[in-house]
Amino acid sequence: MMQQVSSDPLLKVENLVVEYSVGGKTIHAVSDVSLEIARGETLGLVGESGCGKSTLGRAVLQLRQAVSGTVLFDGHDLAAMQGDSLRKMRRRVQLIFQDPIASLNPRRRIGDIVAEPLVISGVKDPNKRKQIVSDVLSAVGLDPALVSGRLPHEFSGGQCQRICIARALVLNPEFIICDEPVSALDVSIRAQILNLLEEMKTRYGLTLLFIAHDLAVVKAVSDRVAVMYLGRLCEVGPSEQLFATPAHPYTALLIEAIPVPDPDIRPTQSIPVGEPPSPIAPPSGCRFRTRCPRADARCASEVPELRMVAPRQFAACHHPLI
Amino acid sequence: MSGVLLSVEDAVVDLPTPRGNLRAVDHVDLAVDAGKTLGIVGESGCGKTMLSRTILQLLPKKAKLSGRVMFDGQDLLKLSPEKLRKLRGRSLAVVFQDPMTSLNPVLTIGTQLIETIQEHLELGLAQARQRSIELLAAVGIPAPEQRLAQYPHQLSGGMRQRVAIAVALSCEPQLLIADEPTTALDVTIQAQILDLLAREQQRRHMAMIIITHDLGVVAGRTDEVAVMYAGRVVERAPTPLLFKQMRMPYTEALLAALPKLDAAPHTPLPAISGRPPDQTRPLKGCSFSPRCRYAAGRCNTEKPSLRAEAPQHFYACFHPIAAGVDA
Ligand SMILES: Nc1ncnc2c1ncn2[C@@H]1O[C@H](COP(=O)(O)OP(=O)(O)OP(=O)(O)O)[C@@H](O)[C@H]1O
Ligand SMILES: Nc1ncnc2c1ncn2[C@@H]1O[C@H](COP(=O)(O)OP(=O)(O)O)[C@@H](O)[C@H]1O
Ligand code: SF4
Ligand code: SF4
Ligand SMILES: [Mg+2]
Ligand SMILES: [Mg+2]
Repeated sequence: MMQQVSSDPLLKVENLVVEYSVGGKTIHAVSDVSLEIARGETLGLVGESGCGKSTLGRAVLQLRQAVSGTVLFDGHDLAAMQGDSLRKMRRRVQLIFQDPIASLNPRRRIGDIVAEPLVISGVKDPNKRKQIVSDVLSAVGLDPALVSGRLPHEFSGGQCQRICIARALVLNPEFIICDEPVSALDVSIRAQILNLLEEMKTRYGLTLLFIAHDLAVVKAVSDRVAVMYLGRLCEVGPSEQLFATPAHPYTALLIEAIPVPDPDIRPTQSIPVGEPPSPIAPPSGCRFRTRCPRADARCASEVPELRMVAPRQFAACHHPLI
Repeated sequence: MSGVLLSVEDAVVDLPTPRGNLRAVDHVDLAVDAGKTLGIVGESGCGKTMLSRTILQLLPKKAKLSGRVMFDGQDLLKLSPEKLRKLRGRSLAVVFQDPMTSLNPVLTIGTQLIETIQEHLELGLAQARQRSIELLAAVGIPAPEQRLAQYPHQLSGGMRQRVAIAVALSCEPQLLIADEPTTALDVTIQAQILDLLAREQQRRHMAMIIITHDLGVVAGRTDEVAVMYAGRVVERAPTPLLFKQMRMPYTEALLAALPKLDAAPHTPLPAISGRPPDQTRPLKGCSFSPRCRYAAGRCNTEKPSLRAEAPQHFYACFHPIAAGVDA
């Protein structure tokens, strides 16, 4: 079932399947995922490590070929595009990574790192490049005169993430995939970067896919949230609604796992021990069943389809909480 | 058993760096009672790890330490390296942020556990092996017997951290120091690991120090919290009191920067602007003054000392947040 969010979404992913093959075995990284993102919307994507979030992001960008399914960006099938038209389309979509320090070339100066996408996309005039770089660096809160000539190791994690954001903005894209942009940062810097992303979104009119494993962080910036488990979509819906009334037991588990800064709320000890099973041999039926408190025989035999459980809220569960 | 197990008295750690002397720990006093949990909270670089390494006597060679660290009646600065090594495996254990810091990549899980146990306890191989299996099961590792033959890299990050905890617990330590044990992990795994530590602590009546940058992590899980900034303890109180009557602007700012579950999406977070100061260039006034929204008058010229408000509530600030204001 399709969760239509607008008659003309900017991104539409349909029945996407992405696999890796390792030592003759198949890793089911993304299995039959469909989603839409409206223009100007932020869709949060959450799930535990290894559930396929980054793979989904990479497949959307065509950095990883899908086994099947389609990715429509602004109505165009990205997989079918080639050469010049693909390059043009690519300029409109950018990616920001989790590890800000590792994603910057240690031997290049900040000014050159941020200018690189401009060079690649054929902006020949060095003065024009310099002007654009200087504008985006200022926009992300860095002083171009102070930072342009320096190397990445001279900056903290938070500053490196600002540089990555500047680099992503330099081509004036419409859509940015932020792959765990704040997971490596501590509480105070994380708040600065989240605020910065929100500001940039308004200023540059961006649409965002915001990936994270922390539901509290995702909620702070997302209009809607999609929850993934072991390659499949469990639930998708408006952020506040999903928090107030989660339908999928896994969403409820993620909400419960958020540490609350209130000493009167004793952490409940109800989180099922264990980690997701191997994506090489995912459980039959519902992939969450090995950790789900509500699992029964049907969950083992029948894959739950994503269906509407409340207005704009969809869940893939045989026994939803609402 | 009760009473003070660990006390740190006026600890100062100086590190020589190319930029000059860096004071990583600046006149810190702390105490942990047997069986109790202390949380140490602060941003990256504020000295949490250096303080825990001071307690463990695992500072970098070039570090200069003064002050006193008393553990179970012994002055750790006066112990021989041999005695210290024994103590660290046995009574004083540690779990680091990156489990690979405590695990040896070329040895199997079983070898590491069994060797640690045999080094400190008088157990035969079969007994040590049996105990290893029990420990792995206790930390929530499925099929523990099979795991003994595996290497750390064959496990996920969460599983590795469980193994590191099993190694740390293997000799029934009196104090466990967990330095950001869950920062590198997912929220669900984080919750499991913290639950695991709490459970094992109660079962073993062990004291614990949990180090984190997230006040949410210490809220429901510690007896006392010490907030660190620029190498100093700037506020210290029993956990419920700290959250009820936060006095130090820095503590308030750390709490405010956390995303709130009840806030609507797109609500701007009250971030703390800027970064902690460069500790090779100590400020004349309060170290937090460049970032503090209450800074005024003496804040820029004088260092506030840590003083006691109530018998158990200490803070270092000239303009503490008024009692009763909601944080
Ligand atoms: N290049 C690759 N080759 C083989 N397997 C891979 C590759 N990249 C990812 N995988 C596997 O695919 C699955 C999904 O990985 P992915 O990186 O998309 O997860 P993720 O949700 O982004 O996790 P994290 O939160 O850790 O970043 C995992 O089981 C992972 O081990
Ligand atoms: N080996 C070292 N040599 C020199 N300075 C160090 C070393 N390790 C840490 N520091 C510095 O000491 C201060 C405290 O660091 P640390 O205790 O690691 O902080 P935290 O654990 O709170 O993030 C920081 O300014 C850091 O840069
Ligand atoms: S389908 Fe069954 S196992 Fe899956 S989440 Fe729902 S109740 Fe749990
Ligand atoms: S002493 Fe002054 S600058 Fe320092 S925390 Fe208190 S009010 Fe802020
Ligand atoms: Mg990823
Ligand atoms: Mg540290």
